[in-house]
Amino acid sequence: MSYSSTVQELIDQFGRLPGIGPKSAQRVAFYLLKAPTEDAVRLSRAIVDAKERVSFCERCFNLSEGGEECAICRDPRREERMVCVVEDAQDIVAVERTQEFRGRYHVLQGAFSPIDGVGVDQLRVKELMTRVGEEDIEEVIIATNPNLEGEATAALLAKYLKPMGVKVSRIASGLPVGGDLEYADELTLGRALEGRTTVGE
Amino acid sequence: MSLYRDQAVVLRAWKLGEADRIISMHTLDNGKVRGVAKGVRRTKSKFGARLEPLSHISIQLYRGRGDLDTITQVETLHRFSNLRTDPDRFARAEAMLECVEHVAQEREPDPRLHVMLVRALGTLNDQDSPLVVASFFLKLLAHEGLQPQVDECVSCGATEQLEAIDLGDGGVFCRNCRRGRPVSAGALDILQRILGGGLAGVLSEPVGPATSEVDLLSTALMEHHLERRLRSVAVLDQTQI
Repeated sequence: MSYSSTVQELIDQFGRLPGIGPKSAQRVAFYLLKAPTEDAVRLSRAIVDAKERVSFCERCFNLSEGGEECAICRDPRREERMVCVVEDAQDIVAVERTQEFRGRYHVLQGAFSPIDGVGVDQLRVKELMTRVGEEDIEEVIIATNPNLEGEATAALLAKYLKPMGVKVSRIASGLPVGGDLEYADELTLGRALEGRTTVGE
Repeated sequence: MSLYRDQAVVLRAWKLGEADRIISMHTLDNGKVRGVAKGVRRTKSKFGARLEPLSHISIQLYRGRGDLDTITQVETLHRFSNLRTDPDRFARAEAMLECVEHVAQEREPDPRLHVMLVRALGTLNDQDSPLVVASFFLKLLAHEGLQPQVDECVSCGATEQLEAIDLGDGGVFCRNCRRGRPVSAGALDILQRILGGGLAGVLSEPVGPATSEVDLLSTALMEHHLERRLRSVAVLDQTQI
């Protein structure tokens, strides 16, 4: 037996979402069909509202609501001379949680990964270079993920930005706070030693 | 259904679920193998860092009933750290991985291909020559039984005045039989040396028009036989400034 075309369409649409297979799509669809109408309307409105109101910031490519620039770019209290480069908009939230950084951001919308066909042209690298050229930026902090693609992205950005006379730094990599040294893997521990800092100054 | 040990080069990794990864690797004794590495995306993971693409590792896997084996232990053999810090070499190395990913068959042991890949990565790690990847492509084609004929004309067997090469016909043509794209004498000399056992001398060759011609030609040959474009090569062109 197959479902009516309306139900099948709903299942197909859910099935297109990341991490949702045919079975999960079916489960979500049936949950919604059984749920009160208001719940379904609220969900559909939330989706439409988000798509209509949220766009990418023209300057840093963070998510922006109600304007061409995002809240961080519009905030005059933010330090203008420092830019933190991240892979995705979610990473901004992670950096913000630290409350250690008061500068602005730049979202690359991905990481350098030749095997996936993602190169300079697919990332917001040119836009970053334009910003470094036009704005009063003194330091670019590269906060891409500490994995293969993230490191390659950092090396790539350094290659492009160094000749522009701006300070380029990379976030440190090391042991998690509260961790145990004997359980650390040799790569992380090696990086922690490499990036050691002087104590008591 | 048992545990086995092997050596492998990690080719690609995909995210799976919340914190797992599927790792595609080329092993010494078991050919291309796909395995699941559980929990490696968590910061607490002991071996997540060792399973990144480009790593040459010693690995223990558990063969279950499905297609995917489960990775239980990993130790690093080589990290090829220069390939990770230089964007150009990184793209070149990924081109080799991409190629092996397409050429190698799952669970078809091919120790020679494995050794070739490890050596090529090691060489690229030590010296940045565009001919490392070109040579790897050509040697790989030869290994697959698709070695282009570069010593004599495919059509008449002449060994003089070789001026053109045709991808489909798999070799060079003399002035009288010419077909395909033109090839310079310098590039032809490099091709002959790579396929004739003179690889070491070729790698110390200074970069020039002939080396980039060989680079383009080997990529074209590889793409012709794979019947698909190599994405890493397209990206490599973008990184040059």
